[in-house]
Amino acid sequence: MSASPELQRQMLRQMQTIRRFEERASDDYKGGAIYGVVHCYIGEEASAVGICAALNPDDQIISNHRGHGHCIAKGADLNRMMAELYGRVDGFCKGKGGSMHIADFSIGMLGANGIVGGGLSIITGAGLAAQMEGKNRVAVGFFGDGASNAGSFHESLNIAASWKLPVVYVCEHNSWAADTAAKKTHAAENMSDRAAGYGIPGIVVDGNDVLAVYEVAQQAVARARAGEGPTLIECKTYRQRPHTERPGAADRRPEEEKAYWMARDPIPILVDHLKQQQGQFSDEEFKAMDDEIMAEIEASVAYAEASPFPAPEAALDDVFAD
Amino acid sequence: MSMREISYGRAGMEALVEEMRRDPTTFHLATDAPPSLVEEFGEERIRATPIAENAFSGIAIGAAGSGFRPIVNWSMVTFCFVAMDQIVNQASKIHYMFGGQQTFPLTFRSSVGGGTSLAAQHSQSPYSMFMNLAGLKLILPSTPHDMKGLLKSAIRDNNPVLSFESSRLMGLKGEVPDEDYTVPIGVADVKREGKDVTVIALAWLVHEALAAAEEMEKEGVSVEVVDPRTLFPLDEDLMRASVQKTGRLVIADEAGPTAGAAAEIAALVTEDAETFKALKAPPKRVCALQVPIPYSPDMENHVFPDRNRIIAGIREVMEAG
Repeated sequence: MSASPELQRQMLRQMQTIRRFEERASDDYKGGAIYGVVHCYIGEEASAVGICAALNPDDQIISNHRGHGHCIAKGADLNRMMAELYGRVDGFCKGKGGSMHIADFSIGMLGANGIVGGGLSIITGAGLAAQMEGKNRVAVGFFGDGASNAGSFHESLNIAASWKLPVVYVCEHNSWAADTAAKKTHAAENMSDRAAGYGIPGIVVDGNDVLAVYEVAQQAVARARAGEGPTLIECKTYRQRPHTERPGAADRRPEEEKAYWMARDPIPILVDHLKQQQGQFSDEEFKAMDDEIMAEIEASVAYAEASPFPAPEAALDDVFAD
Repeated sequence: MSMREISYGRAGMEALVEEMRRDPTTFHLATDAPPSLVEEFGEERIRATPIAENAFSGIAIGAAGSGFRPIVNWSMVTFCFVAMDQIVNQASKIHYMFGGQQTFPLTFRSSVGGGTSLAAQHSQSPYSMFMNLAGLKLILPSTPHDMKGLLKSAIRDNNPVLSFESSRLMGLKGEVPDEDYTVPIGVADVKREGKDVTVIALAWLVHEALAAAEEMEKEGVSVEVVDPRTLFPLDEDLMRASVQKTGRLVIADEAGPTAGAAAEIAALVTEDAETFKALKAPPKRVCALQVPIPYSPDMENHVFPDRNRIIAGIREVMEAG
């Protein structure tokens, strides 16, 4: 099923929200209000948004260290996200997690995870829970090409395939594992070719075309809900930013490669598509949408700033559950 | 209370079966699916996994965070080392780093200890590595009674619990109540009362300490044997009270001494001012030699502590003051 004009607008709004949120997060990180490290997803928005558009509210996802986009695409509250980045009590993790560990279990967002490949088996377990509950829920694991070379990738896909678990594995292949080129770490052109080894479908999609991602996501989700097992989707995409936002961080990627992908920015691609559908969209409309988003981002910063820092002694809370 | 005698290994099995009957959200993950369990609970709840400890340990975490109460059996503790990312980076921290928004009730079982000529990789007692992490509860039962009661508590607990089960004790018989009972996590047990010296012993060495106490009694030395039963949390109050009474402390552990449970117990017990003041002699650790465990029996026996070394340790602290 192709996306309705209304859904396309929603997807555009989400993609632009991710971008604006991260631009602000990067600025505030460089300004000192956000601590630790921030990994931006800018340039890869079509992957999270296209996949999550095919999900139901009770479906579950897991993310990696580059997780803001997945959170927003699954519907996480911007205020509580920004408060978490600011290290405040009203953050999703009460200031215990920060950028790399945002989670909102109430919307099926099982957490950003700072260990590359670490979330793959956990989301496979969520898929097992869905299968055992029989509620037709689907679990989606987002990871990068770097994680696809970790043992947890093989172990998880093998089990999910063997048990026909309702999991969709989404590899966001941005060609760089931090600052090491993918071509130095795996020989095959398409990581998704590995799916054949597990006896499951492997699909390559233009990860910067949100409508294309949405199409394949629907197929994979339908297969999972039908009890036919997991699918491996490989979204070919690119991060427009260095590995981290740390000032002076290395970026060894060739300029011509970056230029190629900057010209294939997923947001203008969708804007152009909407404009080409006669009478569907205008620059003014996009500007108005962006203004609304900027106001939401400002509000999230205001919310974060108004939220207190946790008391130092709160460091002792939540080590164990009751 | 009516009692019956079962083995340590059987006690673990009974705890598992009874808890699985009690709670339909429990299920079992291991590379082996015992036919008797499959017969009662079905393949869905008694799942035979590929030999992929990293994945099935993480699967347990994901299922625990999605409303289930998984029980993982790594078989030997050795095999959990390929799942360390899931234990260290995920299970121990996932409740805390997400601000406590979700509970992760899961149990990881494994056997520990040596004495069976299985050589270096399969004769390990690495529980102190996990004591060093915050966020995991650790049980180490020494009797069938404690095994069954502690494992039931572990399965009912809303946190990740690692159950370390002594391979030397699997055939040990002991009494358990007929009716349902639990042993609380974090409560030590005085296995024998005494007044001259406290021996805090772990797992198999509880029994060696009891044998040593019998021997020392013949010489007129009264030995108190304390079993912590859980390594996290440690019952510091009971251990300190015992040492305040006897004034002397020997700690016996099948693991090596370096940064081990015995070292932590010595520090925890004696850094308390009242307990320190009561000491008549320096504390003494009786542990394995700090080497990988060798295969050939005479070498292996030389490496592990036993009742004779505990006796030597007791004599040392008795002579010291």
